[in-house]
Amino acid sequence: MKQYLKNTFDGIYTVLVGMKITFKHLFTPAVTIQYPDVKVKLPDRVRNRLYVNMDDCIGCDQCSRACPVSCIEIETVKSIPGEDLGITSNGKKKALWVTKFNIDIAKCCYCQLCVFPCPTECIYMTDVYEFAEYERSNFLYKFATLTDEESAQKKINYEKFQAEKAAAAAKPKPETPAQTENKSE
Amino acid sequence: MYQFLYDLIGNEILAGLLVAVVPLTIILVFALFGIWLERKVSAHMQDRLGPMRTGWHGWLQTVADLMKMLQKEDIIATDADKTLYNIAPVLVFSGSFAAYAVIPFSSKLLGSEVEIGIFYVLAISSLVVAGILMAGWSANNKYSLLGAMRAVAQIISYEIPTALIVLSMVMLMGTLSLDKISQMQTSSFWNWNIFGGAVFGLSKFLLIPFMFIAALILFISTLAEVNRVPFDIPEAESELVAGYFTEYCGMKWGMFMLAEYGNMFAVSAIIVILFFGGYQSPIGYFGNSIGVQWLVPFEQGFWFIAKGLTLVFVQMWLRWTLPRLRVDQLMTVCWKYLIPYAFLNLIIIGIISLL
Repeated sequence: MKQYLKNTFDGIYTVLVGMKITFKHLFTPAVTIQYPDVKVKLPDRVRNRLYVNMDDCIGCDQCSRACPVSCIEIETVKSIPGEDLGITSNGKKKALWVTKFNIDIAKCCYCQLCVFPCPTECIYMTDVYEFAEYERSNFLYKFATLTDEESAQKKINYEKFQAEKAAAAAKPKPETPAQTENKSE
Repeated sequence: MYQFLYDLIGNEILAGLLVAVVPLTIILVFALFGIWLERKVSAHMQDRLGPMRTGWHGWLQTVADLMKMLQKEDIIATDADKTLYNIAPVLVFSGSFAAYAVIPFSSKLLGSEVEIGIFYVLAISSLVVAGILMAGWSANNKYSLLGAMRAVAQIISYEIPTALIVLSMVMLMGTLSLDKISQMQTSSFWNWNIFGGAVFGLSKFLLIPFMFIAALILFISTLAEVNRVPFDIPEAESELVAGYFTEYCGMKWGMFMLAEYGNMFAVSAIIVILFFGGYQSPIGYFGNSIGVQWLVPFEQGFWFIAKGLTLVFVQMWLRWTLPRLRVDQLMTVCWKYLIPYAFLNLIIIGIISLL
């Protein structure tokens, strides 16, 4: 009988204790962060979407070679003497036309290995992490600033320059035209 | 209400239908509001926010959910007993809806002024048991059947302490009519049954502790009758998927949900009428003191709904506090604790009322 009454008392008492706890929590501020409206501040040196500042890129291809998953694809064309490509922000003279600078961000593993070799610090990680796409092809980021026609033009210019150079080189020694032809092949 | 409409329209069927629309509207609005409240209460008790994106603090969330539910395909399992399967949700909902026929929301707004109000409520709410068993059996699903069996065992067990407490209250008040019980507890909260009723004297003070016990037992047993946590083994999510309505989808599932929330308010209303003065104001009427008589029924409606919602909040509070009882614990609580206490209480209240 004593145990029976104790059970009854314990039953009611423990429920009241639990109710007190939940009632307290009813008025504690929520810990929820309403994500699209409120964003948590990212820590320093987070690794998210890559970005290339093409004004500073000298087309040295070091980032592409550092990439462990080969997601960076670079093509360059040499400039000809008359052209002025400008200088980078840290004073390096640009010598190559970057005709193609593609990063396939779907392949990227966010290792940041491409960032360190860059001599002009033009490739870096941004704090953008919301870049989902409906089409996989949209993940191929094209950073090259030249249009297709422009890069084709640059290529032709360079080839013309090479041909002229070859012709100029061929003139003083007209006896070995066959040798140069073999080389070019 | 019915008499008033009958005098106004002069057509029995139309008046009856119009009277029935009032509680239906109340149930629908309450279900929409109650589900939202449940989500918010549960969220804040767990230090979350709950729905926030539809309307102010997500108050339109349930409306959005309802829109989704109405558009859903109505899937019936191949092996289900289609007739019973389709009747079950209607039966469950009509059981909980019919209880509203005799609940007095204010002195002017009550569907039917039957003399046997509380008896009718106990009887008609048993219809829900049949509906639940039907749903569980016809779905031809193990989880549904187990849930239905548990539900029936539980609801029938817990009807006994409910009936005993109701019996003791009826004995004390001398009437079965819910409207008359409400009228007896008028003028001040001191006259509510939880404080021993309106008759001032020695017996009033003797009754107070037993009234508290009775109110507690009635609250626990009605909580079990509407299958809410901690007595939710019929729909135990972690064991039985969703219990007896596992196989239901779309609006049929919605009707079970509607019935659950309708029942929640109905049992709260019964407790309010029996112990907390029904629609009577605890502090007197504003309408009476400024001499505007027509304001009084509206005030009564407000007090009734406010008291009912407070009890609904306590039900939600308990739901997000306690874990689920095991089947044997559930039966122990009912047969070994609630029923003996209810019996003892019945005898003591009987003796005191003889004094």
